[in-house]
Amino acid sequence: MSGAEWGLAASVFLACSVEAVEALTIVMALGTTRSWSSALSGVGAAAVALAAIVAALGPALSALPIGVLRVVVGGLLLIFGLQWLRKAILRAAGLKALKSEQEEFEEQRRAAEVAVRGGAGLDGYSFVLSFKGVLLEGLEVVFIVLTFGANQHRVGLAAIAAGVAVLLVILLGVAARAPLARVPENSMKFAVGVMLTSFGMFWGGEGAGASWPGSDAALLVIVPAVLALSVATVAALRRGARPAQATASLPEATASPLAEQAAREVAVDRNLLTVEQSAVDRA
Amino acid sequence: MKRLRIALSAVWGFVVGDDWRTAAGVAIALGLTAIVAALGVSAWWVMPVAVVLLLWRSLAGALPGTGSSSHR
Repeated sequence: MSGAEWGLAASVFLACSVEAVEALTIVMALGTTRSWSSALSGVGAAAVALAAIVAALGPALSALPIGVLRVVVGGLLLIFGLQWLRKAILRAAGLKALKSEQEEFEEQRRAAEVAVRGGAGLDGYSFVLSFKGVLLEGLEVVFIVLTFGANQHRVGLAAIAAGVAVLLVILLGVAARAPLARVPENSMKFAVGVMLTSFGMFWGGEGAGASWPGSDAALLVIVPAVLALSVATVAALRRGARPAQATASLPEATASPLAEQAAREVAVDRNLLTVEQSAVDRA
Repeated sequence: MKRLRIALSAVWGFVVGDDWRTAAGVAIALGLTAIVAALGVSAWWVMPVAVVLLLWRSLAGALPGTGSSSHR
């Protein structure tokens, strides 16, 4: 395999692992507190919906001229990558609360415990939440596999990398019988942000008509350069602000304006969770 | 009509996310690359410069006093 293909496989593997961990947390929370059969039914329904999306989108993407495909896909990857990278940098710099699967699991479990239960048979709450969670995380997996794969005419390789990632996460989850709290999710998201941004920049530029010095070998410079830029940005932000992970619970930490912003962000996240949960409960 | 609006809103949310300026900046950078390349000038440098500027602008927008949110 070439360097670009290794990069493709690694990027898809990492990105899909992160999405799979998030989906697994939701399903496990619902399965352990309410109904495994309903939660798994939701997973199955989402898998069918995702397969239909792949069947519809796959051939359409392959039919596009490579130049158009690279501009569109490169642009989308860059938009995704920059947003992942922004959040990852803010988390690494202590300006945004670190994501914890254990906390997410507990949050989901508490919500599942208090939600209204129906009669015997399929538990609608578990089914819908499981379906929605797996579909949304799965859509990102599908997007990454199709775009990375189609761009390099290696959809098979991308699909294998994604399949291995999802399978590995499921096996680890089944073995641990708990959310994968020890998976270094924040570091993985940082790496995925770097990869998406790098590949997006490379493909987008190439599709728009630019010729990279060294052709595909330019990626061997682009990826480390984006990584170095991100790490340097984290260091610069850290120098400018105190860690904010604790700002939500430590009043004294809100003395800094940056910490105040982080605390507001945590509060907004919590409000959104509450609003979403209320909507689900009403449904 | 309502369903179409919901679908479009979902696509917008999925693609553009919480920072439309970054999406617009990426589109502009790609357009600029195409224009520079069409002029027969080496155009590969446009995207790296754009990425640095967009990342820093996006981070600056998430810091205090900007009124921007990043809670997606």
